[in-house]
Amino acid sequence: MKTDTFWRHATLWPALVLFALLTVLPLIKLFALSFNDVEWINREAVWDWVGLANYARLPEDNLLRAGALNTLIFAVVAVALQMLIGFVLALLTVQVVRGRVFYRTVFILPILVPGIIIGAIWKLMYSYDFGVLNSFLAWFGLTPQDWLGNPDLALLSVIIVDVWHWTPFCFLLLLAGLESLPDDIFEAARIDGATRWQQLRYITLPLMMPTIAVTFVFRMILAFKVFDEIYLLTGGGPGTSTEVISFTIYRRFFTEDQTGYGAAMSIAVIAVIAAGIIAATRATAGKGAKA
Amino acid sequence: MTDVTNSPLTVAGSRRRRFNASERQVALMRHLVLMSFALIVLFPFFWIISAAFKTQIDLLMGKIFFTPRIDGFLDVIFDKTSDFARNFGNSMVIGLISTFLVLIVATLAAFSLYRLQWPGWVLHSLLGWSVIFHMVPPITLAGAWFTMFRSVGLDNSYTGIILAHTTLHLPMALWMMGVFVRDVPKELVEAAQIDGAKVPQILWHVVLPIVRPGLAATGILTFIFSWNEFPVVLVLSQRQTATVPLGIGKYAQENTIAFTEMAAASTLSILPAFLLLLFAQRFIVRGLTSGAVK
Repeated sequence: MKTDTFWRHATLWPALVLFALLTVLPLIKLFALSFNDVEWINREAVWDWVGLANYARLPEDNLLRAGALNTLIFAVVAVALQMLIGFVLALLTVQVVRGRVFYRTVFILPILVPGIIIGAIWKLMYSYDFGVLNSFLAWFGLTPQDWLGNPDLALLSVIIVDVWHWTPFCFLLLLAGLESLPDDIFEAARIDGATRWQQLRYITLPLMMPTIAVTFVFRMILAFKVFDEIYLLTGGGPGTSTEVISFTIYRRFFTEDQTGYGAAMSIAVIAVIAAGIIAATRATAGKGAKA
Repeated sequence: MTDVTNSPLTVAGSRRRRFNASERQVALMRHLVLMSFALIVLFPFFWIISAAFKTQIDLLMGKIFFTPRIDGFLDVIFDKTSDFARNFGNSMVIGLISTFLVLIVATLAAFSLYRLQWPGWVLHSLLGWSVIFHMVPPITLAGAWFTMFRSVGLDNSYTGIILAHTTLHLPMALWMMGVFVRDVPKELVEAAQIDGAKVPQILWHVVLPIVRPGLAATGILTFIFSWNEFPVVLVLSQRQTATVPLGIGKYAQENTIAFTEMAAASTLSILPAFLLLLFAQRFIVRGLTSGAVK
């Protein structure tokens, strides 16, 4: 029995230690930093206690406000489009008998490519002077667009890239869900004379709800973390039109070296996310639904 | 995961209506729609690869027809001022070591949590914490990692970046290995324990054979995500330890962007993902969908 307890602990402790040292400790550090002004002198951090002053600055930070708003718009619009297109593609693909593996292979590809490279690819295609998108527009006699330089268009351009990048992820999860649906129900529905639309509305959708929910949550989480593509495509600009929350933190913390203030911003974002998760868990648990 | 091309659903449907002309039209339309989406997905890849073979002038003139040249690739790989070969090596080292560590830590922890009778609160608080950490933008903790690593001399070191990547991908691996470890029958573990087997023996002889496909799926995805990761290396590494995404990012930040080189470097950096997709798609699909569909 003694050895059992030993191995029980020995197998779990590596994960615990890693989490403690690299997630809990940094969080405590971040929390401590957020009450200070920090200056780096000869690689030594010099802390200067400022109390809640860093937190008091948060509501007045225009960049943060723009970042939060853009992140919200970006996440909602991009994920909604991805879910919709992904679901349609999955519905079409699941009915394909020959060539399904081909479609799946092609549609998975963007998921595996670094966000930074996706950014590089689209930066080339979006270029005002020689980008292929403007060549297309010119062929059709339309005015070329300054995709990334026009403040009214930049956020949409970034959303288009994200939809291209991540629709495949929704597609893949929803396809797997559709493939695992029991076939006899559809068979019975067909015998009873249910139309395709009725099958979709009354059988597929209700049965797919858990998969749809999980896919939606996964995508939302990732969308709120968006950083790479935007870093490369626009750097948050023009102005603040594509500023997102990760970018604001990066800017304050690193580019401007406002360590204490950046820490306060990080803590605030983490707190909002943790509260959101706990609220969501409570809500689903209350309904007796299992996540 | 049903990895069958002919799901019973479609087979039954198509067999009955094999000679129905309107069904055939529907199928044709379906292929047309899917094909056009496939083109939308593939076109940007085609574009970046073709850009890698153009000269800067061909590129800036937006030429469709051009004489392919491999100067871009040569510059990126062999030019003395290019860091790309080094970035590629760094990405490999960091990706492989952190994947190795993630697999060991996650498999042990998943086995421990699901098969060694921990009280429920341990399981739930550890998984809950890992979910929260997974949802938080990495850039928030990257700041703290930077200050911590700097104070112990780990900034701009392989050790620091590997540790960061290991931690970053642990929640996903823990989640996935949890799904796979639960495929190991409890009775099998208990029987082995009664026979006097120690935990290492059980892990090696009972668990490992069953979770091997799961390990492949988790490992491949961890490696890809480490290869792709950007914000944390942006903060933690400098020139010597820079990875591929940092190298690409640098091209795009120059005043006059060397588009040919950027395209060539991008093309080379997509290669590992391409190869894995061709040869290990089964595992990638299994990994990405594990947990979402059960």
